[in-house]
Amino acid sequence: MKITGVLLLVTGWLLVLCALIMLAAPAARNAFVLAGIGVEALGLTLAVRAHLPERADR
Amino acid sequence: MTNSPLLPALSDLQTTLAAAALLIAPLAVAGLALINTGLGRSRTAAHGMMSSVCAAAAAALVYFVLGRCWHGSPGEPARVLTIAGKPWDWLGAASPFFAGLNPDGSRAFLTAWIGLIAVAFAALIPIGAGGERWRLNSICASSAVFGTVVFPIFAHWSWGGGWLAQLGANFGLGAGFTDAGGTGLIHVTGGLTALAVVWLLGPRRGKYGHDGMPMAIPGHAVVLVFFGCLVASAGWVALNAAGAILFAGAAPGRALIGVDTMLGACSAALTAAVVTRTRYGRPDASLTANGFVGGLVATSAGCAFLPPAAAVLTGIVAGALVALSVELLELRLEIDDPGGSVSVHAVAGIWGLLAAGLLGRVAPGTEIAQAVGIATLLGFVFPLTWGVNALLNRFVPMRVSREGERQGMDLFELGAGAYPDFVTHADDYMQR
Repeated sequence: MKITGVLLLVTGWLLVLCALIMLAAPAARNAFVLAGIGVEALGLTLAVRAHLPERADR
Repeated sequence: MTNSPLLPALSDLQTTLAAAALLIAPLAVAGLALINTGLGRSRTAAHGMMSSVCAAAAAALVYFVLGRCWHGSPGEPARVLTIAGKPWDWLGAASPFFAGLNPDGSRAFLTAWIGLIAVAFAALIPIGAGGERWRLNSICASSAVFGTVVFPIFAHWSWGGGWLAQLGANFGLGAGFTDAGGTGLIHVTGGLTALAVVWLLGPRRGKYGHDGMPMAIPGHAVVLVFFGCLVASAGWVALNAAGAILFAGAAPGRALIGVDTMLGACSAALTAAVVTRTRYGRPDASLTANGFVGGLVATSAGCAFLPPAAAVLTGIVAGALVALSVELLELRLEIDDPGGSVSVHAVAGIWGLLAAGLLGRVAPGTEIAQAVGIATLLGFVFPLTWGVNALLNRFVPMRVSREGERQGMDLFELGAGAYPDFVTHADDYMQR
Protein backbone atom coordinates (compact mmCIF):
# COMPACT_ATOMS: atom_id res chain seq x y z
CA MET A 1 0.00 0.00 0.00
CA LYS A 2 2.91 2.31 0.73
CA ILE A 3 4.41 1.54 -2.66
CA THR A 4 1.03 2.25 -4.27
CA GLY A 5 1.03 5.63 -2.57
CA VAL A 6 4.54 6.39 -3.78
CA LEU A 7 3.60 5.35 -7.31
CA LEU A 8 0.64 7.71 -7.14
CA LEU A 9 3.05 10.49 -6.18
CA VAL A 10 5.07 9.78 -9.31
CA THR A 11 1.91 9.58 -11.40
CA GLY A 12 0.78 12.98 -10.18
CA TRP A 13 4.14 14.48 -11.10
CA LEU A 14 3.99 12.95 -14.58
CA LEU A 15 0.51 14.41 -14.95
CA VAL A 16 1.94 17.85 -14.17
CA LEU A 17 4.71 17.38 -16.75
CA CYS A 18 2.22 16.24 -19.39
CA ALA A 19 0.07 19.27 -18.69
CA LEU A 20 3.07 21.53 -19.36
CA ILE A 21 4.01 19.70 -22.56
CA MET A 22 0.62 19.13 -24.11
CA LEU A 23 -1.63 21.98 -23.05
CA ALA A 24 -1.00 25.45 -24.42
CA ALA A 25 -4.07 27.18 -23.01
CA PRO A 26 -3.17 28.60 -19.58
CA ALA A 27 -6.50 27.79 -17.94
CA ALA A 28 -6.47 24.12 -18.95
CA ARG A 29 -2.75 23.78 -18.18
CA ASN A 30 -3.12 25.30 -14.71
CA ALA A 31 -6.14 23.12 -13.97
CA PHE A 32 -4.24 19.96 -14.87
CA VAL A 33 -1.21 21.06 -12.87
CA LEU A 34 -3.46 21.40 -9.84
CA ALA A 35 -5.11 18.07 -10.65
CA GLY A 36 -1.69 16.46 -10.69
CA ILE A 37 -0.95 17.91 -7.29
CA GLY A 38 -4.27 16.50 -6.11
CA VAL A 39 -3.22 13.03 -7.27
CA GLU A 40 0.04 13.50 -5.38
CA ALA A 41 -1.86 14.49 -2.24
CA LEU A 42 -3.88 11.30 -2.59
CA GLY A 43 -0.71 9.27 -2.96
CA LEU A 44 0.90 10.89 0.05
CA THR A 45 -2.20 10.24 2.15
CA LEU A 46 -2.21 6.61 1.09
CA ALA A 47 1.47 6.17 1.83
CA VAL A 48 1.21 7.84 5.23
CA ARG A 49 -1.84 5.79 6.23
CA ALA A 50 -0.04 2.62 5.18
CA HIS A 51 2.65 3.55 7.68
CA LEU A 52 0.23 3.29 10.57
CA PRO A 53 0.39 -0.16 12.19
CA GLU A 54 -2.93 -1.84 12.74
CA ARG A 55 -4.00 -1.10 16.33
CA ALA A 56 -5.58 -4.52 16.63
CA ASP A 57 -2.21 -6.17 16.06
CA ARG A 58 -0.60 -4.62 19.12
CA MET B 1 24.59 18.73 -25.13
CA THR B 2 24.32 22.48 -24.93
CA ASN B 3 24.82 25.24 -22.39
CA SER B 4 22.33 26.25 -19.72
CA PRO B 5 20.96 29.74 -20.30
CA LEU B 6 23.39 32.37 -19.19
CA LEU B 7 22.49 34.81 -16.42
CA PRO B 8 23.83 38.38 -16.44
CA ALA B 9 27.41 38.70 -15.24
CA LEU B 10 27.88 39.56 -11.58
CA SER B 11 29.10 43.04 -10.73
CA ASP B 12 32.13 43.41 -8.45
CA LEU B 13 29.86 44.47 -5.60
CA GLN B 14 27.59 41.44 -6.06
CA THR B 15 30.61 39.14 -6.13
CA THR B 16 32.05 40.68 -2.96
CA LEU B 17 28.74 40.55 -1.10
CA ALA B 18 28.03 36.97 -2.14
CA ALA B 19 31.51 35.85 -1.08
CA ALA B 20 31.23 37.68 2.27
CA ALA B 21 27.85 36.08 2.86
CA LEU B 22 29.22 32.61 2.10
CA LEU B 23 31.90 33.10 4.77
CA ILE B 24 29.15 33.46 7.38
CA ALA B 25 26.68 30.91 5.95
CA PRO B 26 28.24 27.84 7.67
CA LEU B 27 26.82 29.20 10.95
CA ALA B 28 23.45 27.89 9.74
CA VAL B 29 24.93 24.39 9.62
CA ALA B 30 26.36 24.79 13.12
CA GLY B 31 23.06 26.07 14.48
CA LEU B 32 21.09 23.17 13.05
CA ALA B 33 23.54 20.67 14.52
CA LEU B 34 23.04 22.26 17.97
CA ILE B 35 19.26 22.19 17.58
CA ASN B 36 19.18 18.52 16.56
CA THR B 37 21.49 17.51 19.41
CA GLY B 38 19.62 19.52 22.03
CA LEU B 39 16.30 17.96 21.05
CA GLY B 40 17.68 14.46 21.54
CA ARG B 41 18.51 12.68 24.78
CA SER B 42 21.83 13.07 26.60
CA ARG B 43 22.79 9.47 25.85
CA THR B 44 23.04 10.37 22.13
CA ALA B 45 24.42 13.91 22.35
CA ALA B 46 27.99 13.15 21.26
CA HIS B 47 26.72 10.86 18.53
CA GLY B 48 24.36 13.58 17.34
CA MET B 49 27.12 16.15 16.93
CA MET B 50 29.52 13.64 15.41
CA SER B 51 26.84 12.49 12.97
CA SER B 52 26.21 16.10 11.99
CA VAL B 53 29.87 16.76 11.24
CA CYS B 54 30.35 13.46 9.43
CA ALA B 55 27.14 13.80 7.39
CA ALA B 56 28.05 17.33 6.33
CA ALA B 57 31.57 16.21 5.45
CA ALA B 58 30.42 13.17 3.47
CA ALA B 59 27.85 15.13 1.51
CA ALA B 60 30.26 17.98 0.76
CA LEU B 61 33.06 15.66 -0.37
CA VAL B 62 30.92 13.63 -2.75
CA TYR B 63 29.45 16.87 -4.06
CA PHE B 64 33.02 17.99 -4.81
CA VAL B 65 33.80 14.68 -6.54
CA LEU B 66 30.65 14.15 -8.55
CA GLY B 67 27.64 16.11 -7.36
CA ARG B 68 28.73 19.40 -8.83
CA CYS B 69 28.97 17.76 -12.29
CA TRP B 70 25.25 17.28 -12.27
CA HIS B 71 24.42 20.51 -10.48
CA GLY B 72 26.32 22.72 -12.92
CA SER B 73 25.76 26.44 -13.14
CA PRO B 74 23.84 28.76 -15.48
CA GLY B 75 25.85 29.15 -18.67
CA GLU B 76 27.77 25.87 -18.27
CA PRO B 77 27.33 22.74 -20.43
CA ALA B 78 24.16 20.80 -19.68
CA ARG B 79 22.14 17.90 -21.02
CA VAL B 80 19.03 19.13 -22.77
CA LEU B 81 16.08 17.23 -24.23
CA THR B 82 13.80 18.84 -26.77
CA ILE B 83 10.19 17.84 -26.25
CA ALA B 84 7.36 19.38 -28.25
CA GLY B 85 9.73 22.10 -29.43
CA LYS B 86 10.71 23.19 -25.90
CA PRO B 87 14.15 22.65 -24.38
CA TRP B 88 14.15 20.64 -21.13
CA ASP B 89 17.48 21.19 -19.40
CA TRP B 90 17.50 18.16 -17.11
CA LEU B 91 21.09 17.65 -15.91
CA GLY B 92 24.33 19.56 -15.67
CA ALA B 93 27.42 18.36 -17.53
CA ALA B 94 30.26 20.05 -15.70
CA SER B 95 33.58 18.38 -14.88
CA PRO B 96 34.20 16.42 -11.66
CA PHE B 97 36.53 17.58 -8.86
CA PHE B 98 35.68 21.23 -9.69
CA ALA B 99 37.93 20.91 -12.72
CA GLY B 100 37.95 23.91 -14.98
CA LEU B 101 36.61 26.24 -12.31
CA ASN B 102 38.60 29.42 -11.98
CA PRO B 103 38.64 30.62 -8.35
CA ASP B 104 38.27 34.18 -9.50
CA GLY B 105 34.91 34.96 -7.98
CA SER B 106 33.03 33.96 -11.11
CA ARG B 107 29.38 32.92 -10.82
CA ALA B 108 30.36 29.30 -11.48
CA PHE B 109 32.85 29.22 -8.63
CA LEU B 110 30.49 30.95 -6.22
CA THR B 111 27.79 28.46 -7.28
CA ALA B 112 30.13 25.60 -6.42
CA TRP B 113 30.90 27.21 -3.04
CA ILE B 114 27.25 27.73 -2.14
CA GLY B 115 26.55 24.20 -3.38
CA LEU B 116 29.05 22.81 -0.85
CA ILE B 117 27.42 24.67 2.02
CA ALA B 118 23.88 23.90 0.86
CA VAL B 119 24.44 20.15 0.48
CA ALA B 120 26.12 19.98 3.90
CA PHE B 121 23.19 21.87 5.40
CA ALA B 122 20.59 19.65 3.75
CA ALA B 123 22.39 16.46 4.81
CA LEU B 124 21.97 17.43 8.48
CA ILE B 125 18.20 17.66 8.34
CA PRO B 126 17.38 13.92 8.36
CA ILE B 127 19.58 13.44 11.44
CA GLY B 128 17.08 15.43 13.49
CA ALA B 129 14.40 12.91 12.55
CA GLY B 130 16.39 9.68 12.70
CA GLY B 131 18.49 10.48 15.70
CA GLU B 132 18.89 8.07 18.65
CA ARG B 133 18.52 4.94 16.49
CA TRP B 134 20.31 5.64 13.19
CA ARG B 135 23.78 4.13 12.90
CA LEU B 136 26.69 6.41 12.07
CA ASN B 137 27.93 4.45 9.05
CA SER B 138 24.44 4.44 7.58
CA ILE B 139 24.16 8.19 8.16
CA CYS B 140 27.38 8.75 6.23
CA ALA B 141 26.31 6.44 3.42
CA SER B 142 22.91 8.09 3.14
CA SER B 143 24.50 11.55 3.12
CA ALA B 144 26.91 10.48 0.41
CA VAL B 145 24.08 9.24 -1.78
CA PHE B 146 22.12 12.40 -1.05
CA GLY B 147 25.06 14.56 -2.10
CA THR B 148 25.64 12.57 -5.27
CA VAL B 149 22.15 11.94 -6.57
CA VAL B 150 19.22 13.60 -4.83
CA PHE B 151 20.59 17.07 -4.16
CA PRO B 152 22.46 17.76 -7.44
CA ILE B 153 19.56 16.81 -9.69
CA PHE B 154 17.10 19.16 -8.05
CA ALA B 155 19.86 21.75 -7.63
CA HIS B 156 20.37 21.82 -11.39
CA TRP B 157 16.65 22.14 -12.04
CA SER B 158 16.22 25.06 -9.60
CA TRP B 159 19.58 26.80 -9.15
CA GLY B 160 21.59 25.53 -12.12
CA GLY B 161 19.46 26.98 -14.91
CA GLY B 162 17.48 23.80 -15.42
CA TRP B 163 13.92 23.31 -16.63
CA LEU B 164 12.25 24.44 -13.40
CA ALA B 165 14.11 27.75 -13.45
CA GLN B 166 13.20 28.11 -17.14
CA LEU B 167 9.45 27.61 -16.70
CA GLY B 168 8.96 31.33 -17.17
CA ALA B 169 10.92 31.55 -20.41
CA ASN B 170 9.60 28.29 -21.90
CA PHE B 171 5.99 28.19 -20.71
CA GLY B 172 5.18 31.76 -19.73
CA LEU B 173 4.95 30.89 -16.03
CA GLY B 174 6.03 34.23 -14.62
CA ALA B 175 9.62 34.25 -13.38
CA GLY B 176 9.86 30.44 -13.35
CA PHE B 177 10.39 28.43 -10.18
CA THR B 178 11.73 30.91 -7.62
CA ASP B 179 13.76 29.69 -4.69
CA ALA B 180 16.12 32.45 -3.65
CA GLY B 181 17.33 31.03 -0.33
CA GLY B 182 17.06 27.34 -1.16
CA THR B 183 13.84 26.48 0.66
CA GLY B 184 12.97 23.77 -1.85
CA LEU B 185 16.51 22.67 -2.63
CA ILE B 186 17.82 22.48 0.92
CA HIS B 187 14.90 22.25 3.30
CA VAL B 188 12.15 20.40 1.47
CA THR B 189 14.60 17.86 0.02
CA GLY B 190 16.10 17.42 3.48
CA GLY B 191 12.69 17.23 5.14
CA LEU B 192 11.38 14.67 2.66
CA THR B 193 14.55 12.62 3.14
CA ALA B 194 13.86 12.85 6.88
CA LEU B 195 10.37 11.43 6.30
CA ALA B 196 11.80 8.57 4.24
CA VAL B 197 14.38 7.83 6.95
CA VAL B 198 11.78 7.84 9.73
CA TRP B 199 9.60 5.42 7.76
CA LEU B 200 12.49 3.06 7.27
CA LEU B 201 13.82 3.31 10.84
CA GLY B 202 10.56 3.12 12.75
CA PRO B 203 9.99 4.86 16.09
CA ARG B 204 12.32 4.80 19.07
CA ARG B 205 11.76 1.94 21.48
CA GLY B 206 9.33 2.94 24.15
CA LYS B 207 7.99 5.87 22.17
CA TYR B 208 4.58 4.37 21.51
CA GLY B 209 2.60 2.25 23.97
CA HIS B 210 0.42 -0.70 23.09
CA ASP B 211 -2.52 1.63 22.63
CA GLY B 212 -0.57 3.80 20.18
CA MET B 213 -0.27 6.74 22.56
CA PRO B 214 3.13 8.46 22.34
CA MET B 215 5.31 8.77 25.43
CA ALA B 216 7.01 12.12 25.85
CA ILE B 217 10.77 11.89 25.36
CA PRO B 218 11.92 15.48 25.91
CA GLY B 219 15.16 16.86 24.61
CA HIS B 220 18.01 17.05 27.11
CA ALA B 221 19.24 20.61 26.52
CA VAL B 222 16.71 23.21 25.47
CA VAL B 223 19.37 25.90 26.06
CA LEU B 224 21.41 24.31 23.26
CA VAL B 225 18.32 24.32 21.07
CA PHE B 226 17.65 28.04 21.46
CA PHE B 227 21.34 28.90 21.16
CA GLY B 228 21.33 26.90 17.93
CA CYS B 229 18.35 28.90 16.68
CA LEU B 230 20.16 32.19 17.22
CA VAL B 231 23.41 30.96 15.67
CA ALA B 232 21.52 29.49 12.72
CA SER B 233 19.63 32.70 12.07
CA ALA B 234 22.89 34.57 11.41
CA GLY B 235 24.07 31.97 8.92
CA TRP B 236 20.62 31.72 7.39
CA VAL B 237 20.45 35.40 6.48
CA ALA B 238 23.87 35.08 4.88
CA LEU B 239 22.90 31.98 2.91
CA ASN B 240 19.71 33.66 1.72
CA ALA B 241 21.66 36.74 0.64
CA ALA B 242 24.15 34.69 -1.34
CA GLY B 243 21.41 32.62 -2.97
CA ALA B 244 19.33 35.65 -3.84
CA ILE B 245 22.31 37.42 -5.44
CA LEU B 246 23.48 34.38 -7.40
CA PHE B 247 20.19 32.85 -8.52
CA ALA B 248 17.38 35.37 -8.15
CA GLY B 249 19.07 38.44 -9.56
CA ALA B 250 18.79 40.39 -6.32
CA ALA B 251 20.44 43.78 -6.44
CA PRO B 252 23.47 44.25 -4.18
CA GLY B 253 22.70 45.69 -0.80
CA ARG B 254 19.15 44.37 -0.88
CA ALA B 255 18.46 44.63 2.82
CA LEU B 256 14.99 43.22 2.29
CA ILE B 257 16.57 39.74 2.38
CA GLY B 258 17.68 40.14 5.99
CA VAL B 259 14.52 41.94 7.05
CA ASP B 260 12.20 39.31 5.56
CA THR B 261 14.17 36.41 7.03
CA MET B 262 14.17 37.80 10.57
CA LEU B 263 10.54 38.96 10.46
CA GLY B 264 9.47 35.51 9.30
CA ALA B 265 11.41 33.75 12.05
CA CYS B 266 10.18 36.07 14.81
CA SER B 267 6.53 35.90 13.81
CA ALA B 268 6.70 32.12 13.45
CA ALA B 269 8.26 31.69 16.90
CA LEU B 270 5.63 33.79 18.62
CA THR B 271 2.84 32.07 16.72
CA ALA B 272 4.11 28.65 17.76
CA ALA B 273 4.29 29.85 21.37
CA VAL B 274 0.70 31.14 21.23
CA VAL B 275 -0.60 27.98 19.55
CA THR B 276 1.04 25.72 22.13
CA ARG B 277 -0.09 27.96 24.98
CA THR B 278 -3.65 27.73 23.66
CA ARG B 279 -3.62 23.98 23.11
CA TYR B 280 -1.63 22.77 26.07
CA GLY B 281 -2.05 25.47 28.69
CA ARG B 282 1.63 26.45 28.60
CA PRO B 283 3.91 27.54 25.75
CA ASP B 284 6.18 24.71 24.64
CA ALA B 285 9.85 25.64 24.43
CA SER B 286 10.93 23.07 21.85
CA LEU B 287 7.96 23.77 19.58
CA THR B 288 8.64 27.50 19.84
CA ALA B 289 12.22 26.87 18.75
CA ASN B 290 10.95 24.66 15.92
CA GLY B 291 8.56 27.41 14.96
CA PHE B 292 11.45 29.90 14.80
CA VAL B 293 13.34 27.64 12.42
CA GLY B 294 10.15 26.99 10.43
CA GLY B 295 9.84 30.73 9.90
CA LEU B 296 13.43 30.89 8.65
CA VAL B 297 12.69 28.04 6.26
CA ALA B 298 9.43 29.46 4.95
CA THR B 299 10.67 32.98 4.25
CA SER B 300 13.88 31.84 2.56
CA ALA B 301 12.20 31.10 -0.77
CA GLY B 302 10.85 34.59 -1.31
CA CYS B 303 13.22 36.57 0.90
CA ALA B 304 14.19 38.87 -1.97
CA PHE B 305 10.62 39.47 -3.15
CA LEU B 306 8.25 39.37 -0.21
CA PRO B 307 7.08 42.71 1.20
CA PRO B 308 7.84 42.82 4.94
CA ALA B 309 4.17 42.46 5.88
CA ALA B 310 3.92 39.38 3.67
CA ALA B 311 7.01 37.96 5.38
CA VAL B 312 5.26 38.35 8.72
CA LEU B 313 2.16 36.59 7.36
CA THR B 314 4.33 33.82 5.92
CA GLY B 315 5.97 33.38 9.31
CA ILE B 316 2.66 33.32 11.19
CA VAL B 317 1.30 30.56 8.97
CA ALA B 318 4.60 28.66 9.16
CA GLY B 319 4.65 28.82 12.96
CA ALA B 320 1.11 27.51 13.20
CA LEU B 321 1.79 24.78 10.63
CA VAL B 322 4.90 23.60 12.46
CA ALA B 323 3.18 23.43 15.86
CA LEU B 324 0.11 21.64 14.51
CA SER B 325 1.92 19.28 12.15
CA VAL B 326 4.32 18.09 14.86
CA GLU B 327 1.28 17.08 16.88
CA LEU B 328 -0.38 15.47 13.85
CA LEU B 329 2.70 13.48 12.86
CA GLU B 330 3.52 12.29 16.38
CA LEU B 331 0.07 11.72 17.79
CA ARG B 332 -2.04 10.57 14.88
CA LEU B 333 0.39 9.30 12.24
CA GLU B 334 2.90 7.69 14.65
CA ILE B 335 5.87 9.30 12.97
CA ASP B 336 8.59 9.65 15.63
CA ASP B 337 10.59 12.73 14.67
CA PRO B 338 12.60 13.95 17.69
CA GLY B 339 13.91 17.06 15.97
CA GLY B 340 10.71 17.97 14.16
CA SER B 341 12.60 17.84 10.87
CA VAL B 342 9.65 16.81 8.73
CA SER B 343 7.37 19.55 10.07
CA VAL B 344 9.98 22.32 10.18
CA HIS B 345 11.69 21.69 6.87
CA ALA B 346 9.23 19.85 4.61
CA VAL B 347 5.86 21.25 5.73
CA ALA B 348 7.01 24.81 6.39
CA GLY B 349 9.20 24.67 3.30
CA ILE B 350 6.33 23.73 1.02
CA TRP B 351 4.27 26.58 2.47
CA GLY B 352 7.21 28.95 1.94
CA LEU B 353 7.52 28.02 -1.73
CA LEU B 354 3.82 28.61 -2.22
CA ALA B 355 3.91 31.90 -0.31
CA ALA B 356 6.76 33.19 -2.49
CA GLY B 357 4.52 32.84 -5.53
CA LEU B 358 1.28 34.02 -3.94
CA LEU B 359 2.53 36.92 -1.80
CA GLY B 360 5.81 37.95 -3.39
CA ARG B 361 6.37 40.80 -5.84
CA VAL B 362 6.92 38.44 -8.76
CA ALA B 363 5.60 38.20 -12.28
CA PRO B 364 2.06 36.76 -12.70
CA GLY B 365 2.14 33.03 -13.32
CA THR B 366 4.97 32.43 -10.86
CA GLU B 367 2.53 30.82 -8.43
CA ILE B 368 1.89 28.02 -10.95
CA ALA B 369 5.65 27.61 -11.42
CA GLN B 370 5.93 27.27 -7.63
CA ALA B 371 3.18 24.63 -7.75
CA VAL B 372 5.14 22.73 -10.43
CA GLY B 373 8.23 22.89 -8.23
CA ILE B 374 6.31 21.56 -5.22
CA ALA B 375 4.85 18.79 -7.39
CA THR B 376 8.39 17.89 -8.48
CA LEU B 377 9.59 17.72 -4.89
CA LEU B 378 6.73 15.45 -3.85
CA GLY B 379 6.50 13.37 -7.00
CA PHE B 380 10.15 12.96 -7.94
CA VAL B 381 12.47 13.89 -5.08
CA PHE B 382 10.57 12.04 -2.35
CA PRO B 383 10.17 8.73 -4.24
CA LEU B 384 13.83 8.98 -5.28
CA THR B 385 15.15 9.58 -1.77
CA TRP B 386 12.87 6.94 -0.28
CA GLY B 387 13.93 4.42 -2.92
CA VAL B 388 17.68 5.00 -2.56
CA ASN B 389 17.51 4.90 1.24
CA ALA B 390 15.41 1.71 1.14
CA LEU B 391 17.99 0.14 -1.18
CA LEU B 392 20.85 1.37 0.98
CA ASN B 393 19.18 -0.14 4.05
CA ARG B 394 19.63 -3.60 2.52
CA PHE B 395 23.40 -3.18 2.32
CA VAL B 396 24.12 -0.84 5.23
CA PRO B 397 21.45 -1.47 7.88
CA MET B 398 20.16 1.76 9.31
CA ARG B 399 18.79 0.80 12.70
CA VAL B 400 20.97 0.16 15.72
CA SER B 401 20.36 -2.98 17.79
CA ARG B 402 18.00 -3.07 20.76
CA GLU B 403 20.94 -3.15 23.18
CA GLY B 404 22.54 -0.20 21.41
CA GLU B 405 19.39 1.84 21.73
CA ARG B 406 19.15 1.00 25.42
CA GLN B 407 22.76 1.96 26.12
CA GLY B 408 22.57 5.06 23.99
CA MET B 409 24.34 5.73 20.72
CA ASP B 410 27.22 7.50 22.47
CA LEU B 411 28.35 4.49 24.47
CA PHE B 412 27.38 1.84 21.92
CA GLU B 413 28.87 3.39 18.78
CA LEU B 414 31.47 5.81 20.11
CA GLY B 415 32.47 4.16 23.39
CA ALA B 416 32.13 7.35 25.40
CA GLY B 417 29.29 9.60 26.47
CA ALA B 418 28.98 13.32 25.97
CA TYR B 419 28.63 14.00 29.71
CA PRO B 420 30.83 11.42 31.49
CA ASP B 421 30.62 13.26 34.83
CA PHE B 422 26.86 12.91 35.10
CA VAL B 423 24.44 10.04 35.52
CA THR B 424 22.32 10.24 32.40
CA HIS B 425 20.26 7.06 32.39
CA ALA B 426 17.80 7.83 35.13
CA ASP B 427 15.31 5.33 33.72
CA ASP B 428 17.80 2.51 34.40
CA TYR B 429 17.38 3.16 38.10
CA MET B 430 13.69 3.80 38.30
CA GLN B 431 11.39 1.20 39.82
CA ARG B 432 9.18 -0.33 37.19
